[in-house]
Amino acid sequence: MKRVFVNEEWCLGCHLCEYNCAFANSGLSDMALALKGKPIFPRIHVEEGEKISYAVSCRHCEDPICVRCCIAGALHKEDGVICVDQNKCVGCLTCVLVCPYGALAPNEDGIMQKCELCLQNACGEPACAAGCPNNAIVYEERGAAE
Amino acid sequence: MKKYIIIGNGVAAAGCIEGIRSVDRTGEITVISEENHPVYCRPLISYYLEGKTDPQRMLYRSPDFYEKNGCQVLYGERAVRLCKESKQVELADGSLHPYDALCIAAGSTPFVPPFAGLETVSRKYSFMTLDNALALEKGITPESRVLIVGAGLIGLKCAEGICGRVASVTVCDLAGRVLSSILDDECAALMQRHLEQKGMEFALGDSAARFEDGRAYMQSGRIIDFDVLVLAVGVRPNISLIKEAGGDTGRGIVIDSCMRTSLPDIYAAGDCAEGMDASSGQQRVLAIWPNAYMQGYTAGQNMAGSHAAFDKAIPMNSIGFFGLHAMTAGSYEGDMYEEKTETSIKRLFTKDDLLKGFILIGCKERAGIYTSMIREKTPVSSVNFELLKKTASTTAFSPDIRRKKFGGVV
Repeated sequence: MKRVFVNEEWCLGCHLCEYNCAFANSGLSDMALALKGKPIFPRIHVEEGEKISYAVSCRHCEDPICVRCCIAGALHKEDGVICVDQNKCVGCLTCVLVCPYGALAPNEDGIMQKCELCLQNACGEPACAAGCPNNAIVYEERGAAE
Repeated sequence: MKKYIIIGNGVAAAGCIEGIRSVDRTGEITVISEENHPVYCRPLISYYLEGKTDPQRMLYRSPDFYEKNGCQVLYGERAVRLCKESKQVELADGSLHPYDALCIAAGSTPFVPPFAGLETVSRKYSFMTLDNALALEKGITPESRVLIVGAGLIGLKCAEGICGRVASVTVCDLAGRVLSSILDDECAALMQRHLEQKGMEFALGDSAARFEDGRAYMQSGRIIDFDVLVLAVGVRPNISLIKEAGGDTGRGIVIDSCMRTSLPDIYAAGDCAEGMDASSGQQRVLAIWPNAYMQGYTAGQNMAGSHAAFDKAIPMNSIGFFGLHAMTAGSYEGDMYEEKTETSIKRLFTKDDLLKGFILIGCKERAGIYTSMIREKTPVSSVNFELLKKTASTTAFSPDIRRKKFGGVV
């Protein structure tokens, strides 16, 4: 299965992936209309250390601990993609408590949202990778996840 | 064809079904369910009263879950005896059901202390099951003054769930603080202040000496008048089937890391079981949803002939009240690192080069990075802990580990 991978040596720390993610999942066709002057809630975030930066989003684990721990039965796996049913999620954040990558964060209403690889939105493939100016984020096949 | 029986129909049972089916697609699975509901999300009953979900959305799995997994569910039935020699389960109706492998996922039962006069209270409820929640919903009105006995996870979630639908909520507990099983004094005080700001009242370090209908006479001399009483003192693991069959029990049914009980071909999982707490190294009941699922899944795999172990069970909770979240995990032992503001507390506990536990209130971001360090027993010396203790960030890990985590390079 194709997944999102990052190369921290190439990440510029520009945060464009966060904006592209928020826009791709906004359901709107105009980026300015979707994002301008608003706090954004992307499903990917850039981690910044002293000399490094890289983007973190859901790893779509083979054996996803978030799915096993979800108290609402809202997280599930569809064709290898970990998805959240926002209609079932109550925002308990147990998934945030267990994700070893720190990849999950709720939306502005406190309900979980997550990277679903842009397969269901207008982008059709991960907007973070498509828009990364330095190829630090790629969407490709690299064997099984952990 | 193998015959499997699962006693109980909660999340541990669901995990067990999925565990069996990950190995054996064809064996016969029979589920004995006291409750007349397909597996639902029990911790969501307070969210239901709050109006954030409904019984349909609370279903844990799709409506065709049992059919898809080839399970027969005996609703409204209760197992009363195990015949371990003939490998049969006897139900309350006297019928006998043979098994090749059995899983006890029978959960727990609310414990009601013998309060004097309790029998005179006409409107009293437990808060464990969906039926309890539906009954409580019928029992309250916007004018109700509610007294909840028990300021633990169940009692306080109940309080949050109903407080917008009743006139007042008072919570009493013999313990001197709220959430005494997961918070220390100072953290509990922060949460209590928050709950009081939302209108809840507390009578802590106090217990009912006796009840009359509509009135509690407390040990302290205080009198609390109420219309509705909720009993959320605690629960007791359902261990009698194993105990009477001669199996090892402590507070719960004793299991090993493969979820085996001391009796052959009998496994146990979930709130009725007592397994190893990987954070403290002690055997204990870890009555939390994630462990119930994982124990059930592991039991199921092994019932079907696999050799799976689950040895990473730790206590952990993520629980929010009116927007303030408390996340806790592991054991609070060793050296403490602390950060505090008016509205948040972070406490991390380290010992023997390991992160042993934490309490995070009002600072939840990426908490799973800490939790995984406890579960995986990651040496503190292998990460940049100076950085990590301030911010939960994978940048504190070595470049090799980061590349493995995010670059897919193994």
